[in-house]
Amino acid sequence: MSLKTPRIVITGVGLTAPNGNTLTEFRQNLLAGVGGIEKKEIRYMGELLAGVCHYDALKYQTKKELRVGTRAGSISIYCAREAVANSGIDFAAFPKDRIGVYIGTTEHGNVETENEIYAISKFNYDTKYWSHYHNPRTVSNNPAGEISLNLGVTGPAYTIGAACAAGNMGLIHATQMLRLGEVDLAICGGVSESIHTFGIYAGFKSQNALATHPDPLKASRPFDRDRNGIVISEGGALYTLERLDDALARGAKIYGEIGGYCVNSDASDYVLPNPGRQAECVRKALKSAGMAPQDIHIVNTHATATPLGDIQECEAIRAVFGENCPDTYVNNTKGYIGHCMGAAGALELAGNLPSFDDLVVHPTINVDNLDPHCALPGLVLNHPKKVGKVDTILNNSFGMLGINSTLIVKRFVP
Amino acid sequence: MTKDETKQVVLEIIADIAPDEDISNLKSDVRLRDQMQLDSMDFLDIVMELRKRHNIEVPEADYIQLASLDSCAEYLTPKFTALGK
Repeated sequence: MSLKTPRIVITGVGLTAPNGNTLTEFRQNLLAGVGGIEKKEIRYMGELLAGVCHYDALKYQTKKELRVGTRAGSISIYCAREAVANSGIDFAAFPKDRIGVYIGTTEHGNVETENEIYAISKFNYDTKYWSHYHNPRTVSNNPAGEISLNLGVTGPAYTIGAACAAGNMGLIHATQMLRLGEVDLAICGGVSESIHTFGIYAGFKSQNALATHPDPLKASRPFDRDRNGIVISEGGALYTLERLDDALARGAKIYGEIGGYCVNSDASDYVLPNPGRQAECVRKALKSAGMAPQDIHIVNTHATATPLGDIQECEAIRAVFGENCPDTYVNNTKGYIGHCMGAAGALELAGNLPSFDDLVVHPTINVDNLDPHCALPGLVLNHPKKVGKVDTILNNSFGMLGINSTLIVKRFVP
Repeated sequence: MTKDETKQVVLEIIADIAPDEDISNLKSDVRLRDQMQLDSMDFLDIVMELRKRHNIEVPEADYIQLASLDSCAEYLTPKFTALGK
């Protein structure tokens, strides 16, 4: 490593989303307006809406591993294996102690704990029927640990709890660890299994923040006047990140370069966003990238389709980008896939990465009547937009307890 | 319940906890662990499923009795009989 801060690049992508199990399939559906929300039976609550992933879980795991492990672990393994394969790296020969696994999660353990309580409810709540797998399933590091077991990674493997800002956090933390020289290859991003816990559904419902719509595919509608809440989804997107010198040395395909980032905290409310702090997060990310707002070509918003949250994020974006960024386009991915929680930021970034190649901005769908409060300049609605230049993507992800993350990825230019 | 029926009960549990394994040719007198991939957590699964499905308790000191299908049959059949099965 040189004394200069190493440049960090994305060299592989593996994902599963409610509307695609590879980057190619996901991107095609984002450009074709194809979403992936369906009805799902939720314990105690009945039929609700969910973004369900339909990847082949047996592609990289045995039936026994699936039985013993968690859904988050399975999604993590699928995405990690796909990312490693996509990177083209000689993984068998790569020193496993020099690989770091950094997985962002909104939460972990709710699903498994609820399942055990439900199971012992059939035995009059006698805890002698409580599974001996409960602890390994519910420890916070479970999704990363399952990757380490499956791939034989002996370097650091842990999760980063950051509510719905977590997907970005996986990449940001990996960037930091690569720059520090702690590891030589990072597998990073975010995952979520949240559709399998009734508690998250019930919590959002009690908050009056759960979307309803007769047509599941129309239920998640950020920026639409008639949006009425979140559609909860599962999913995952993991990347391989490397220092540029290492990637170039092995002739890797480079999807993009980490341009800058910021993580900050609102320190103002458990749940309500804070547009001032969100704007500050975006500004600091721009500063870390050495960029001005005019330099950003795609802003992928976090907006989850809650009535208030969308307006507040638009307020933050308007404060930073104003009216004088003619080359800046704004979109949102949740209309297709709902809110993938800990995976959201990582998946939404993946959906935009191909724009470096095709110069198309995928739209925000399900906007039948644009909320005037959300009428940002450059907002791409309902139809893909071919643009003149995409050299930069700014990806927002925000979460409860007021954690904000902004990640900027730029076109790789040698 | 006969010893063969007891073996069948154990095999049904093993089929669920080791779904990738071919258990059609397991030898009754050979340790299960020597014939298939079973770790200590899997043996706890056998104990748990005996408890859940058949209300049979296997104290930790007796886990060794579950080593092979034959030893399972010897150890568990009287317990099934005591339960009137």
